[in-house]
Amino acid sequence: MSTNISRRDFSKLLATGVAGASLGLFGGVGTAFAAKYRVVVIGGGFGGASTARYLKKLDPALSVTLVEPKAAYVTCPFSNWVLGGLRTMPQITRNYAKLSGRYGINVVPDSAVAIDPVKGTVTLKGGRVLGYDRLVVSPGIDFKWSAIAGYSQELSESKMPHAYQAGAQTVLLQQQLHAMNDGGTVLICPPANPFRCPPGPYERASLVAHYLKQHKPKSKVIILDPKEKFSKQGLFTKGWQRLYPGMIEWRGPAAGGKLISVDGSSMSVKTDLGDVKAEVINIIPPQKAGSIAFTAGLTDETGWCPVNPLSFESTIHKNIHVIGDACKAGAMPKSGFAASSQGKVTAAAIIRLLKGQEPVQPSLVNTCYSLIGTDYGVSVAGVYQLSPTGIIDIPGAGGLTPIDASDDQLAQEAMFAESWYNNIVRDIWG
Amino acid sequence: MPSMLKMLLTAGLVASMSVAVAAKGFASAKAKAGGVAKVDPRGQVLSLSCSGCHGPDGKSSGVIPSFNGKSPEYIEAALKEFKSGERVSTVMGRHAKGYTDGEIHLIAEYLGTVGKKTK
Repeated sequence: MSTNISRRDFSKLLATGVAGASLGLFGGVGTAFAAKYRVVVIGGGFGGASTARYLKKLDPALSVTLVEPKAAYVTCPFSNWVLGGLRTMPQITRNYAKLSGRYGINVVPDSAVAIDPVKGTVTLKGGRVLGYDRLVVSPGIDFKWSAIAGYSQELSESKMPHAYQAGAQTVLLQQQLHAMNDGGTVLICPPANPFRCPPGPYERASLVAHYLKQHKPKSKVIILDPKEKFSKQGLFTKGWQRLYPGMIEWRGPAAGGKLISVDGSSMSVKTDLGDVKAEVINIIPPQKAGSIAFTAGLTDETGWCPVNPLSFESTIHKNIHVIGDACKAGAMPKSGFAASSQGKVTAAAIIRLLKGQEPVQPSLVNTCYSLIGTDYGVSVAGVYQLSPTGIIDIPGAGGLTPIDASDDQLAQEAMFAESWYNNIVRDIWG
Repeated sequence: MPSMLKMLLTAGLVASMSVAVAAKGFASAKAKAGGVAKVDPRGQVLSLSCSGCHGPDGKSSGVIPSFNGKSPEYIEAALKEFKSGERVSTVMGRHAKGYTDGEIHLIAEYLGTVGKKTK
C-alpha cells in the first residue's frame, strides 16, 4: 500500500492521541503508516535474521531489508555435532526462503561495503545503495589473523582450520579427523576471552573424542588454552573423566597452553614449554567485530562495538544498532542465543523509537547447551538486567547444570539441546 | 492530504479492532483507561526470549514443552512453581528466578494470548 503521508503529518497525528491510541493498542500491529519506515539489517545469522523476522512479526507494515551474501547459512551451534558424527551438514544449514517468501522480508543477496551514518545509507558490493530510517548491524566475528605467528587465512583453509565460522571450515576439520590414523593427536587451541561461544572449544573436544572413541580409540585430544579457566569447566572435566577417560587433556597457561607460533609444514605449534606436533590442529584465533563494523567506525579500541543496552543503538552513530557477537553486551556471552535475544529486543525497541516512544526495559536471556556425549548434556543459563554499568547478571538467577546432576538429568539436558536447536532455528529462519 | 489521512486512520483502527476481537485473551492484559485499552508493553518485551527454546509462538518441536494455547493462569502458576523449586526442572528454575512475581504476571498474560493470536 502506498501512502502520501509525510512523516511530519504522521507525527502530528500521533500527537493528537487518536492515532496513537489505535497504534499503541497492540504494539502497532498492521498499521499502514509504518510502511514509510525502512529498516535495513546487515547479516543473516542468529542476530540479524532474528531482528528481521521479529520486526515483521511485531509490525508487518514495516519495510524490512536483510542483506546477506550467503544463500545458505550453516549454524555454528551443532557444528560440533557434525564433527562427532551426530549431524550432517545439510541438517545444520538454513536458508532465507521463508523469511522472504512467507514473512515479507526483502532479502538481498549481497554484502554491505559502506555505511553513511549521516545520509542514512548502506552501499552494497554490487553497487546498490539502500536508504534506512534505522539500521541493524549484525556482522558476527572476524579473526585477528596476525595474532598468532605463522597462522593465516590461507593456512586455515589448507592445513589448520579454525572451524569457528561453520561451513567449509567444518567440513575440512571433519575430513582431517576422518583421515587421521588411530593413535594420532588432535590439538584444539582456543583463544583468550572474549570470543564467540565460550563453551564451544570444549564441546568440540568432547564430540571429537566421541568420534575418536568409536573409530580411533587410541587417539588423543589435547587442548592448549591460554586461559586459567574456561566455561562449564567443572562439568566438562567431570564428563570427560566419565566418558573419555585418558583421552582429553587440558593444558592451561602454566602447562604450555599459550601458543607462541604455529607451523603448517611440520604440523606443529610452539609453546613456552616446547613444540607440540599433531595430526589435526584446530586453531581458534582471537577475534574482533565483523569487518563492516570497522569500516563504518562502529568499533572502539577493544575491536568491539559499544552500544546503549536499552536498544542496542550504537553509542558512536545514531540510528544504527549493533547486535550479536560484534557488540559489547556486558555479562552476556557471545552466543547465538544471546544474539537472537538481542535481535528481538532491538526489533521491539526500533518499533517504539520509530513511533517516538522510549524503548521498554528489556529482558535479555541466554541459554547454551553443550553436548559432552550422547545422553550427556549440560547447560548454562543467564538472565540479565540493565545497570548504570551496563548489562549485568541478575543475582540468584541463571547458572549451570548442577555438578552432581543425575544421569537422568544429563540425559534430559541432551534431549533438550536437540529440541532447543530445532526450535530456535524455526523461531529465526522459519 | 487530509482525506487520505482519515481513510488510513480508519483502516488502522479497523485493523486494530479485528486483532482485538481475535485476541480475547488480551482482555486480562488490558487496563481500561478513559475508554482506550492499554497493554503494558513490558509483557511482550519480557516474553521475547521464550521462543528461543520453546519455538515460535511457543510451539515446540521435540521434548521441550509447548506453551502455545496455555492459559495465562496456567503459565503464571507454572513459572512461579519453577521459581520456588516446587516444580522440578533442569533449566526453567534458573530462568524463572530472574523475574519478579509482577514480571511473571506480565509474561503469563502476554504468552497466554499467543495461542489465540496465531493462525
